[in-house]
Amino acid sequence: MYYLGVVVTGVGVLFLCLGGIGLFRFPDVYNRVQAGTKCTTLGAFATIIGVGIMEPTWFWKTLIIALFILATNPISSHSLGRAAYKSGTELAEGSVVDMASEFEEYSEE
Amino acid sequence: MSKVKSFFYLFSVLFLVWLGFTATFQLQELALGLTLSFLLSLIFYKTYVNIGFPPLGIKRFVFALIYIIVVFKEIIKANLDVAYRAVHPKIPINPGIVIIRTNLNGDVAKTVLANSITLTPGTFTLDVIGDRLLIHWINVESKSEEEATKLIGERFERYLRIIFA
Repeated sequence: MYYLGVVVTGVGVLFLCLGGIGLFRFPDVYNRVQAGTKCTTLGAFATIIGVGIMEPTWFWKTLIIALFILATNPISSHSLGRAAYKSGTELAEGSVVDMASEFEEYSEE
Repeated sequence: MSKVKSFFYLFSVLFLVWLGFTATFQLQELALGLTLSFLLSLIFYKTYVNIGFPPLGIKRFVFALIYIIVVFKEIIKANLDVAYRAVHPKIPINPGIVIIRTNLNGDVAKTVLANSITLTPGTFTLDVIGDRLLIHWINVESKSEEEATKLIGERFERYLRIIFA
């Protein structure tokens, strides 16, 4: 049981590390938020659950903490992305399409 | 939803979370948990009514469970996808901002949809106005509204439509 927990925690740490690498390598704010959301969700989830598997008496607590992170992580990234978009941050070069100006028209309806 | 019902929903949710955190059935812990849940429910049950969660039902519960499994599968796919893009030497991204539509009514349903989209491969929600969502897509596959709606939103919406019907 202990070693299973070590493996799960290790997977989580690996994903957190990859998320950090993505944060450095992606070109603009929006892509970086993507890296910061996707990898940290599973990363934090697996790390916390792994600790719960290592210490079975903590399992339910860690499960609740992990579910809390799962529910709140998208909200933080959404607010970061929305702040960037509202303050007019440009997309990186090589972006395919930007419908933000069309979207603004709907707000007047 | 009636006030009494929403009071009991909130009370049971709070008490279950308390049980999860303390993970014991000692009398002292239970008494403290019951008291705190009762007081918090007394204060907040009005807010809970205003949010407008749908009433419980067996069909809803089953579909909610299926939905959680679907979302979890998508989360794992999303992580592998973004991690792959992060470590690939050429950084194979094709980013853009697209609009999708939703048929869902109600703020809770739209919030759940937006959060699920944020957790799935390569997409996250920037803004919501009415029935349209502004989505940043790391690998744009289609620029048209209908196609994008089908590719991004449809896999969740068909469950959410039943859960929040």
